[in-house]
Amino acid sequence: MSGSRDLILARVRRALADVPPDDTPYDQAFARPYLREHGHRSVAGTVDLLAENLADYRALVHRCAAGELAATIARLLDERGSTAVSVPTGLDPGWLAATEVAQVPDSAANTPDELDRVDSVVTACAVAIAETGTIVLDGSPDQGRRRITLVPDHHICVVRVPDQVVTSVPQGLERLDPARPLTWISGPSATSDIELDRVEGVHGPRTLEVVLVSGE
Amino acid sequence: MSGGTYLGMPAFPKAAHEAVHNQTLRGNLRHATHTIRAKRAKAVAEVSDWAELREAGKQIKDHTLRHLDRYLVQLEESVTAAGGTVHWAADADEANRIVTYLVKATGESEVVKVKSMATQEIGLNEALEAEGIHAYETDLAELIVQLGKDRPSHILVPAIHRNRGEIRDIFAREMSEWGRPAPEGLTDTPAELADAARLHLREKFLRAKVGVSGANFMVAETGTLVVVESEGNGRMCLTLPETLISVVGIEKIVPTWQDLEVFLQTLPRSSTAERMNPYTSTWTGTTDEDGPQDFHLVLIDNGRTDTLADEVGRQALRCIRCSACLNVCPVYERAGGHAYGSVYPGPIGAILSPQLRGTQSEIDASLPYASSLCGACYDVCPVAIDIPEVLVHLRERVVQGGTVTREGAKVVLKPAKGHAAERAAMRAARWAFSHPGALRTGQRVASRTRRFHPRTLPGPGKAWSETRSLPAVPAEPFRDWWQRTRSGQRPQDGPQGGPQGGPPGGLPGGKDTSK
Repeated sequence: MSGSRDLILARVRRALADVPPDDTPYDQAFARPYLREHGHRSVAGTVDLLAENLADYRALVHRCAAGELAATIARLLDERGSTAVSVPTGLDPGWLAATEVAQVPDSAANTPDELDRVDSVVTACAVAIAETGTIVLDGSPDQGRRRITLVPDHHICVVRVPDQVVTSVPQGLERLDPARPLTWISGPSATSDIELDRVEGVHGPRTLEVVLVSGE
Repeated sequence: MSGGTYLGMPAFPKAAHEAVHNQTLRGNLRHATHTIRAKRAKAVAEVSDWAELREAGKQIKDHTLRHLDRYLVQLEESVTAAGGTVHWAADADEANRIVTYLVKATGESEVVKVKSMATQEIGLNEALEAEGIHAYETDLAELIVQLGKDRPSHILVPAIHRNRGEIRDIFAREMSEWGRPAPEGLTDTPAELADAARLHLREKFLRAKVGVSGANFMVAETGTLVVVESEGNGRMCLTLPETLISVVGIEKIVPTWQDLEVFLQTLPRSSTAERMNPYTSTWTGTTDEDGPQDFHLVLIDNGRTDTLADEVGRQALRCIRCSACLNVCPVYERAGGHAYGSVYPGPIGAILSPQLRGTQSEIDASLPYASSLCGACYDVCPVAIDIPEVLVHLRERVVQGGTVTREGAKVVLKPAKGHAAERAAMRAARWAFSHPGALRTGQRVASRTRRFHPRTLPGPGKAWSETRSLPAVPAEPFRDWWQRTRSGQRPQDGPQGGPQGGPPGGLPGGKDTSK
């Protein structure tokens, strides 16, 4: 197989015979004349934009103060009729202090089938992007393994505002660590494969609830 | 080249001729392409710096291609350092052999697949099936295509040629053959059809031990792979299995993590007309106790280095597979994706397939002509590929032949046979226009015999005149008329001193009323 490696690299070099050896290096090859963010908003305005764009792609958005978070989460699990909730190992235990729903700690030992019997999952997030209505999970202890936000049908994601909110995709990438496995989520799963008609809810959680929590 | 390359496909005009008479197909295509076109325009208009993002995307890709050897080596180092294994495949057969070997090494006989153009291009499913390994497509549209024993006809929405009624029938009939049957009394509402797919595929996801994917981007600096998707089937395949095999074309590299800031803005808006697609997954090698613990990256050439060797044609390798060019193309809208005889249909397919596969086959030699050169594809392309420029370049190659690179070696192509009449006509025209006496005589003969002229050309010209009116020959050649009515005057004296009315028989394009 190293034969093909050398073969392909040699083909590439022959194909690029017209490129001079002192061709412009990466950092001078192009400018980045595009915007770092679109428009100017207050901090509160950016959070509003996030809420608006999340809702536009059919996420259910809730806002509360830090002191009301446990009650809010308990209420959402109740309304859903959940009997079991998956919990990342590093999630603040206070967030689930008000709910009676059985907690299933995230563990490498859980099989996908076991996870399929869990109704809901509650996680934090790494960053939220207002312009696109995106929340990003990076697998930190308060977000858990990627699969726990995938197999259960109901995801409650808590975003601390305004600290975790950025305006744009470029700002979001800056805050993220590429070495971690990332999941960018913009609304519940969807498909446009049938006559290009958008249908929400295919394989991932069909209900995405985002709680924007403010204050300490 | 192996499976998936549509060997023996008729040339584009013949395939398109059949497609345009299929009323259902045309209705489905018109509806779908017009819907997405309007939505895309709105999503693009939302960002004021679209032109700058497009230009940056073009420049990043061009720079990467110009230093592709260096970035490939850097990518290999980063992926390896992050716990992945990198394999190199010069062609489709080698890529299929590598993937088959890797799957067999796990002891499994089935794999779940994320939608991937690269694995379609190499015909991976057929190659695996021949070795007793079942590959399950999990993207809804790919599932429709697989269950319907059909071929994809669009890059983004492979089942675009099917309407909801046809999809319902395929699900009701075929799902039980592959696993969980469709629910009783399934209707044709998109939501119910999507739900049927969710139920059908879930058991496959939960038991899958091997996932196969492509990638939208690979970051050389960090070794990160990116998959952009909507349904969550990608996340399932990328995180639940123990082994992940990603098959990716060598041109999918971007140099740095920061470069993603351009493409993660332009791709969703240009492709599905969304601010952001529902799910984007990025992974760098393997992560302890999260997702697959065994990760293989298979880098494929399969004609890409040959494309890179063409200084005009190499821009096709900038393509990020958004499919906006298909949705705006008047030819695609009428002919549909199957007529292009390749997994890459539409305008981008018309320049990519003949470069990846060469122009020797009938279908590949015809693809550069599958266009009216209107340029709508260039306008919408988020990496500014000048598709009309490459089409014209490839037409020249087909007609005139010349030196090209095939499998890394320079070869000289002969001019295509089908264009002998065109070349002969052009040679004759060149001779006539450089011999004024002969031209004059010829024109006079033509004028005097015009009542005997056929309405269509005989012989090799027949096809040409089937779709075009032959120009009417005037009763008197223009030059004779000029001599007769203005003899002695120089042309620049014309407008003031000229005779009233036009020449008898009218100028070309004018009405001939003198019969």
